Amino acid sequence: MSTLAVDKAGPRRKVKYGSMSRDRAWALRWSYFFLVVFAIFSLTPPFYMLITSLKSSAEISAATNPWWVFHPTLSNYIELLTSNQYLRFFLNSAMVSVFVVVITMLISVPAAFALARMKFWGSATLATGVFLTYLIPDSLLFIPLFKMFATIGDWTGIQLINRWYVLLFIYPTLTVPFCTWIMIGYFASIPKELDEAAIIDGASWFQTLTRIFIPVAMPGLIAATIFAFTVSWAQYLYPLVFTTSTDQQVLPVGIITTLVKGDVFNWGQIMTGALLGAAPPLIIYAFLMDYYIAGLTAGATKG
Amino acid sequence: MADVVFQRGSVAGAGSARKRSSLRTALKRKSTAAFLMTLPLILLIAALVIYPAFYSLHLATLNKSMMKFIGLGNFEFLFKRETFWLVVRQSCIFAISAVVFKALIGFIVAHIVHNVPAKGQRKWRGMLLVPWVIPPAMSTLAWLWLFDPSYSAFNYTLSFFGIGPIAWTGDPDWARFSVILVNVWYGAPFFMIMYLASLKSVPEQLYEAAAIDGANWWQRIWYVTLPMMRNIIAITTLFSLIVTFANFDIVRILTAGGPLDHTHIFATWAFRVGIEGSDIPLGASVSLFMVPILAIAAVFILRDISKRGNEA
Repeated sequence: MSTLAVDKAGPRRKVKYGSMSRDRAWALRWSYFFLVVFAIFSLTPPFYMLITSLKSSAEISAATNPWWVFHPTLSNYIELLTSNQYLRFFLNSAMVSVFVVVITMLISVPAAFALARMKFWGSATLATGVFLTYLIPDSLLFIPLFKMFATIGDWTGIQLINRWYVLLFIYPTLTVPFCTWIMIGYFASIPKELDEAAIIDGASWFQTLTRIFIPVAMPGLIAATIFAFTVSWAQYLYPLVFTTSTDQQVLPVGIITTLVKGDVFNWGQIMTGALLGAAPPLIIYAFLMDYYIAGLTAGATKG
Repeated sequence: MADVVFQRGSVAGAGSARKRSSLRTALKRKSTAAFLMTLPLILLIAALVIYPAFYSLHLATLNKSMMKFIGLGNFEFLFKRETFWLVVRQSCIFAISAVVFKALIGFIVAHIVHNVPAKGQRKWRGMLLVPWVIPPAMSTLAWLWLFDPSYSAFNYTLSFFGIGPIAWTGDPDWARFSVILVNVWYGAPFFMIMYLASLKSVPEQLYEAAAIDGANWWQRIWYVTLPMMRNIIAITTLFSLIVTFANFDIVRILTAGGPLDHTHIFATWAFRVGIEGSDIPLGASVSLFMVPILAIAAVFILRDISKRGNEA
């Protein structure tokens, strides 16, 4: 772009070139300046979590410089990681998330395959409908769902409320529509010749799915898995509504209900608990950033 | 199960003389198989999304003990309550200003990231997306601690500039500002990543042509970038509008609706009256007010999807 402009400038070539590159250098310097500002804005809360988690409660209440830790200690971490209650929250969260991921994949991968490849009556409408259900938020459904599960408990005697596994029924409503939607996108981008060849060779539809579509669409599958996991790990409203006793709670709710005792906020432990709770999604993100971003942008760009 | 049946049919049909009719049954079976594969999805959506959505319509017409049908009684009651209008106003202020700032910051940051050499982009993008990755319930706790009335790290920093202690979550106006700030912090990276992806897809030739025609940077953004990104901007904004309107975590943890119900939005107020106040019908009526905005967004998104379908 700049070279084109330079050629046009003709005799004033040197001067023009110099000023343009100087402009560029300044633009770059300003870009870095603003990037640093925005990065500080983005990273302040996690950084502050880390700082606070390393402080003893004496240091926190001494009100010294809050941005620095003078006597770092791991006591908060030790206390939480040896507390059965906190480990229980962690275990509940892990079980819920893993099971939800499995359920989501079992439902959405075959459905996406059918909707992407096996056109049947109403399949296009169904695909659009799936996307629309993704837009129905949890905060609209939590009251009727709560009442529904309470009624089921009254009628059949199967008590689901205040059990961690009730979340296995509810979380898929958040994860399945979106995962199906992005898998439709990935499956639709696979060339038709590939599955035609498989069918000619005598493969059943099921074999086409497991031998051809799933391996080829692996990146999409990983992105969908990451999405399902992070959504179930982060969900706060449903566990808050559906679980009350501390041995059934998942991390986000558990930290808030047990570490805040009345008006006493044990901030050192709260920040430690929150940081450890944020660790699994952060670790996944650190290692699989490209898949994470692919899943994020797939919703709006595929279609 | 159905696939096994289909496989047997196709294998048997391949060698037989009745090829035509077996092909027809295979086709028939293909649609059956497809239907069976989508059945769990259909059941899930019908039982746990569509049914509850209509059930909440029904719930909204009952009285508190859910014994009596009172028609629109809950809505009449809501319209007479001052808190309800506070919630309506706050929901609109919250959603619209948060989305506008998220979109603006996302747009600016995406441009800046796009502007630096490609080598460093990954690193910057990685750092800037962190707020989106941390579960909002956890990061809002960090914000709550940053805003803490007696040990606020922000007030500590501001005191060096002679700016007096601010009651971040105690004063109604500051509390409104705080919840919006946290929501912008959480949601702006999403816009940034979407815009960055679409910026990368704008062909470089367009900018070269614009530069040859003597366009300055503002004209390049206005006449090249924005028209090319129009679709993504529209769909991301709609999307975020829905999510922000229905937000629960941030407001619930940061202020729980206080001070004096000034920061309640539909979701948190519905939780307060419906679950904590155990008036399920009233809570259902409150959350139903989110439906109009959802419906409008759904219409626009549907239009966009069908348009894409025609292009393809």
